Amino acid sequence: MYSPHTAAEQQAMLRDIGVGSLADLLAQIPAELQASVAAWPPALTEPELLAHGRELAAQNQRLLCFAGGGAQEHHIPAAVSALIQRGEFLTAYTPYQAEASQGTLQAMYEFQSSICALYGMAAANASLYDGATALAEAANAAARITGRRVILLPETVHPEWRATLRTLFAARGEPQLVTLPCLTGRMEPEAVAAQLDDSVAALVVPSPNYFGLLEDGAALAALAKAHGALVIAVADPISLGLLAPPGAWGADFAVGEGQGLGNPLNYGGPYLGLFACRQEYLRHVPGRLCGMTTDAAGRRGFVLTLQAREQHIRRERAASNICSNQALCALAATIHLALLGPVGLREVAELNVDRAHRLAAMIAAIPGFRRRFDGAFFNEFVVECPMSATRLVKAMSKKGILAGVPLGKLYRGMDNSLLVCATGKRTADDLERYTAALRAVAS
Amino acid sequence: MNRGEPLSIEKSVPGRRALTFPSPSAPAASWLPGVALRDAPPRLPELSELDVVRHYTRLSQLNFCLDTHFYPLGSCTMKYNPRALEEFARQDGFAAAHPAAPDTAVQGTLAALHGLEQLLCQLTGLAAFTLQPAAGAHGELTGILIAAAYHRARKDRRRTEIVVPDTAHGTNPASAALGGFAVKTVATQPNGRLDVAALRAALGPQTALVMLTVPNTLGLFETQIREIAVAVHEAGALLYMDGANFNALLGLARPADFGVDILHLNLHKTFATPHGGGGPGAGPVGVTATLEPFLPLPRVVRRKGRYALQTKGARSIGRVKSFAGNVAVALKAYAYLRRHDAAALRRVAENAILNANYLRVKLRDLFPPAVDEPCLHECVLRTEPDRLNGVKTLDVAKRLLDHGFYAPTIYFPLNVSEALMIEPTETETSATLDAFVAALRAIHEEARTAPDQVKSAPHNLPVRRLDELNAARNPNVAWPAQPPQ
Repeated sequence: MYSPHTAAEQQAMLRDIGVGSLADLLAQIPAELQASVAAWPPALTEPELLAHGRELAAQNQRLLCFAGGGAQEHHIPAAVSALIQRGEFLTAYTPYQAEASQGTLQAMYEFQSSICALYGMAAANASLYDGATALAEAANAAARITGRRVILLPETVHPEWRATLRTLFAARGEPQLVTLPCLTGRMEPEAVAAQLDDSVAALVVPSPNYFGLLEDGAALAALAKAHGALVIAVADPISLGLLAPPGAWGADFAVGEGQGLGNPLNYGGPYLGLFACRQEYLRHVPGRLCGMTTDAAGRRGFVLTLQAREQHIRRERAASNICSNQALCALAATIHLALLGPVGLREVAELNVDRAHRLAAMIAAIPGFRRRFDGAFFNEFVVECPMSATRLVKAMSKKGILAGVPLGKLYRGMDNSLLVCATGKRTADDLERYTAALRAVAS
Repeated sequence: MNRGEPLSIEKSVPGRRALTFPSPSAPAASWLPGVALRDAPPRLPELSELDVVRHYTRLSQLNFCLDTHFYPLGSCTMKYNPRALEEFARQDGFAAAHPAAPDTAVQGTLAALHGLEQLLCQLTGLAAFTLQPAAGAHGELTGILIAAAYHRARKDRRRTEIVVPDTAHGTNPASAALGGFAVKTVATQPNGRLDVAALRAALGPQTALVMLTVPNTLGLFETQIREIAVAVHEAGALLYMDGANFNALLGLARPADFGVDILHLNLHKTFATPHGGGGPGAGPVGVTATLEPFLPLPRVVRRKGRYALQTKGARSIGRVKSFAGNVAVALKAYAYLRRHDAAALRRVAENAILNANYLRVKLRDLFPPAVDEPCLHECVLRTEPDRLNGVKTLDVAKRLLDHGFYAPTIYFPLNVSEALMIEPTETETSATLDAFVAALRAIHEEARTAPDQVKSAPHNLPVRRLDELNAARNPNVAWPAQPPQ
């Protein structure tokens, strides 16, 4: 299909190779193992393919999005979409030949720098698959550094992230995960203190957590430190335009889901795992790292560095098995952050706070609805509904609105709880539309 | 020539803006009483939109990429990325779908994912696929966890070892270790195939899994694969196939017929989705019917003509990441496959094999092949520093950049000294291959007559050879948090 050879060229090449036919080149595959695909649909032309794509995309229902839970709809500036589609970025590989990949490498360095600035850390890698796997890598690193086994994992960490950690650590049997119940929607310092001892490698502190609530990171970090445990912060990068960065309140590692920085929802992927840490843990960072250096003429340049940590050098003794990262998603985030700048990022964060708090107040004014948890929140909050949240989401989707994430399947006793998100992309009209639909559905 | 750009932060001007936003109705601090806020803004660049567009456009021009250069990276399958795939996947109907949307609202996405799984089953002969793994290495780990769960379900707790050949990608042993297994390495014979006698000796009641790359990283088919599969199964172990090199077998042979139990494919290699400078990719995992219950969650299922995301499964290994995988990448791979019929798929593999053999034959007098026989999708050649005034493979690779070609994969596989692993793919013309041959032959000649010119390459790129040792000794991975005084 996309192979350019004419029949004549193919014949000439076979002649040059010195074989009579293509079959001769395939002879090393035993004849009894050669088999073509049995059932296969007819090939589509390009217009047919695109028509098929439009048909499929039209089978998706376009919903006004008020769902978060690890995936949020933020505005993506047109310049981000245009730049990441440039073939020079899109069709390059992992920059193994640094001298021919300075564009990708410098963008990687700028990404790492931007993530360090946001999280208040000295080091960040070139990205991981998503927030869930970034947290798994941080847990692994903490266990390795401390020589301890236990990771304290509050249930306010994204349920799918916790499930991912359980899967990834199950076969090895370590690190050992201890779940901290959070009945008030946040971590309870007494309950945390009761679990802390010298077997604990790390305490995970999500803020904003899965319910959107903010934690007192400094107080929790102090508790962990008193027992020699490390602290892994989980934080949304956009919230850090406004909130104190994890590095400032004592976190040793910080991870996050970076999808909101320039990447579409795409039904769950590809997303962007953010991973940052203090300087002293640099050599425990998983995956690709770009470093600044100089060339033979003394000029600045960039290379992949500290590769002795990695699988292609250390094989079974590597810090991680990571090979590819999410480079293009990281590039989108880098460009988005360059467009925002420090002031724009703060304004976006403020707009998120504003929209979410206005919506929360509007919903709480509807009879039968109330906020489930007290406490400060960023751009998501849990609503206690007068009916099953799953049923409510279904009814709202008929009105063209994705009302939120029902929590009944994820948390015991939360069948009527709905996780609602309002980003800066939602307008005042959107909020009105949401609450009008909610009134109609609940009545 | 574009000789490089300052960092974005070095172009920053205090107060310059690209994006502006409506003012909030109240100061955010009033919504967040008692919450610790930032006491200093993050050090990000302050630029105009044009500044940003020009900066990243100029950075992009410092890259070699498939659209501009031949990119013969062995084992990476740098084939043309058809633009129809991008247009197909970028549609708003797909891109705006939230992962928590009810199944009824994402029937189009689920149909495409289900369709891709079915096509991958057809291509491999395996019973079921998961699209959840985000990359090849992630797929390997998923496969290893499936093998562990399978043995555990049979109450067979002795299986603590995974066997890999010495030619394996580094991710194989790294994934095995992450899965909690000890790694046993088996040597390759001079003919480039796994030493089956050594494999038999390595197998035992402690073996959980044998991981083979087919074709292997020398670009050769494991001719004794059936015999290997039987031996592995007789030992009670499972056979894993690293499908990084599946481009050679597309439409030609089905791994299930070899006796493979578990395999991963790389959508960003065989199925033409762009590499993006190092991701996002996707590493779907396929298994036999016996192992299907162990696949990770969620699964895309079809019931009564409707598609649904199944989130429960008693024997499943569980989740390996959040949500349903790198969906946009899967959409592109689905689009790629729908552009082909069975005969066209076969031509992909055939032309990839034709191109690799063409290079092998045109270069073998100067760069001897690691194994001198017809190869499949890639060939592994060697530089001979003893005959070239000490010019090494690294030098040849850097000099190739001067000639306008990205370098092959170098120093891999590990059992071949001074290896150049060349994978041209099926989308290159013979004229491009001829130009590449001419460049390598010219470099060979230069190595004999003017070796310093090769050893100090590259000369015509935005930067000269970069000091990797210094980068590792004095790591600088981010600009300072405070501007220099």
